[in-house]
Amino acid sequence: MIAVLLAHLATSPAASSPLTSPNQGLGDPLFSQGINWEVIVITIVKVLVAFVVLLTATAMMIWFERKVISDMQSRIGPNRAGPWGLLQTLADGTKLIFKEDLIPEQSDSFTFKLAPYLSTVPAFITFAVVPVGGFMRLGSHTFELQVADPPMGILLVLAMSGIAVYGVMLAGWSSGSKYPLLGSVRASAQVISYEAALGMTVVTVVLVSHSLSTRAIVAAQSDGFWNWNLIRLGFLPFIFFMIAITAELTRPPFDLTEADSELVGGFHTEYSSMRFGMFYLAEFMNTITMSAIVVTLFFGGPNGLIPPWPGATIYMPLIWFLLKTVAFCFIYVWFRAALPRLRYDQLMDLGWKRLIPMTLAWLLLVAAVVTWHWRGLIMIPVVLAAAVLLVRATRLGSDQSEQDSVLPSVGRRITTVLRPVGGPKPGVDA
Amino acid sequence: MGFGDEVKDQLSFLGGFKLTFQHLTRPRVTTSYPDDKRAKQPRQHGRHVLNRYEDGMEKCIGCELCAGVCPADCIYVRGLDNPPDHPVSPGERYGYVYEINYLRCIHCDMCVEACPTEAITESKLFEFSFTNRSDAIYTKKELVVDDNGMPQKLPWEDWREGDDMMTSGWMRATSPSGSAAYEGEVQWSGELGYGVRAPEGGQSGQRDDDLTGTKPLRETLESHLLTDDIPLAHRGMQGRVWRAKIGAEKNKKKMEATRDRMKALRAARKAAKAEGKA
Repeated sequence: MIAVLLAHLATSPAASSPLTSPNQGLGDPLFSQGINWEVIVITIVKVLVAFVVLLTATAMMIWFERKVISDMQSRIGPNRAGPWGLLQTLADGTKLIFKEDLIPEQSDSFTFKLAPYLSTVPAFITFAVVPVGGFMRLGSHTFELQVADPPMGILLVLAMSGIAVYGVMLAGWSSGSKYPLLGSVRASAQVISYEAALGMTVVTVVLVSHSLSTRAIVAAQSDGFWNWNLIRLGFLPFIFFMIAITAELTRPPFDLTEADSELVGGFHTEYSSMRFGMFYLAEFMNTITMSAIVVTLFFGGPNGLIPPWPGATIYMPLIWFLLKTVAFCFIYVWFRAALPRLRYDQLMDLGWKRLIPMTLAWLLLVAAVVTWHWRGLIMIPVVLAAAVLLVRATRLGSDQSEQDSVLPSVGRRITTVLRPVGGPKPGVDA
Repeated sequence: MGFGDEVKDQLSFLGGFKLTFQHLTRPRVTTSYPDDKRAKQPRQHGRHVLNRYEDGMEKCIGCELCAGVCPADCIYVRGLDNPPDHPVSPGERYGYVYEINYLRCIHCDMCVEACPTEAITESKLFEFSFTNRSDAIYTKKELVVDDNGMPQKLPWEDWREGDDMMTSGWMRATSPSGSAAYEGEVQWSGELGYGVRAPEGGQSGQRDDDLTGTKPLRETLESHLLTDDIPLAHRGMQGRVWRAKIGAEKNKKKMEATRDRMKALRAARKAAKAEGKA
């Protein structure tokens, strides 16, 4: 079955969908006829619409999460503000704005004030490269339903998720308090660990799409769901990506950065008022954005069945995109309801010992098939052999007693004397 | 353990997804509180009342046993000799000062257990609040029942229907006089407005749950229990038969009541007709 999938992957799909750029993948056709004031106005309107829609969607997402999680816990959930509690986020936001903005005396106040912006701004920027629909014509201008279509769009996503860590890290460090610091140390370690797996999965996608542009990635998945990267890449990269992205988001079950039972509130313990509100906003906005990214990379983005109705080529992609994104938002909430939080060592084990080798193996396999077609399947035994070796190595490592290990465990470093490798075992030949 | 079992064990977390998804369709265990208030249990512990005998005399004799037993130290009582010309209570002494501080009271009902004359009992009211500390101290003026034997309904208290019912001695958790031999025999005195109260289900052989409002907790919450916690007879097909039987019994009562009502109505109509002819 894998062979069939991989063979399918090596063929390039036909390019004739409403998502394929008339500009042959050279960015937004809006800019191809030079820039005049109309182009600038259209761009500004696109930015504004994206900004407002994203903010509203975040408010809805917070409501959605609270409502779904309450349903899953047999509770009622927010129901006081507006019909079905829809305006709950608005009420919370209003409350947060009017609360006292506290800056701890021990804090590094400039960094303390800067950190929330470092969290929020990347969340906004990431969404700019997500293709939400096909093309629209306005007068003599044709433009993409996407704020920006840079040629390295998917790298921008990775870069922004990297910058967002600074927000969390600096917030914890500048608070001048131990729990935030612990939370931020965890955050940086976690995000760096999972970024490797995340990057490699993205590379797998890029290999078959032949482009870094998000629109080109989406266009390569048109003409039916069997062309979606989910199926073309053999389902597993999607699972890897889902795990890695959940860890990147520090959402449950990877929410060690704000583990309430251990760290009070984690990195935002010392924050109050709207500064806290911005972290909260960024967290939920990232959830939406990353759902959109998953949809873009693996589920064909706005691709879907387009009925022969007038104007359907414009609104149907939007509807498909929305449906898929909401489904993933639901899945994130479901994760939170169903899975208990991982221990820190489990988190690191999953990241380094399982996810990174597996994504690497799959990347090799895909790369081989893309270059050598059928002959690329020779990679399967190579990967299997590597897997066996790796499993053996991990088993060996975990089987050794503490006495045998070269480095004693952290808490005992002072009391235990280091034994040279290969030297006599204490207590055996004494 | 085989390889298959190991994989199954590793993937057992998927059960969590199934369970949480099932919960989407299950009935909610919480209620939308101020709009939708849950029925209170018949033995709910709420705000106290000081009862009176059927002739209007106060039951409290100022013995201070309640104050002594109170674990929260919230009751303050002072007794005084009854004035001979117009006694407040039958006997020698009466409660001259009686104060309960509701900022301290934990509604444990130990005072009710300790009282030798069933003077202090609890209503089911718990929705009352104050805007200053002195309002939290209830004195005799607020606690003693009115001339109809009903608790006083103060402006800052949110009385619901039934909160003032069954406030009296039968609410004691122990059997009457603490002896099983007296089960079903009323050992308490009559009360202003009510006379001698009937014993409730658990206190006598003949229980009438409809009258006292008793309902087993397990039965109420059964839809929310895990399958393992539901008795075998109430599960699956057997449970369906059991529930149908209960429903039929309830329906039977209802149907009989309707039939009686119809009969009475028909008789009344016939009588009216006969009267019209005559």
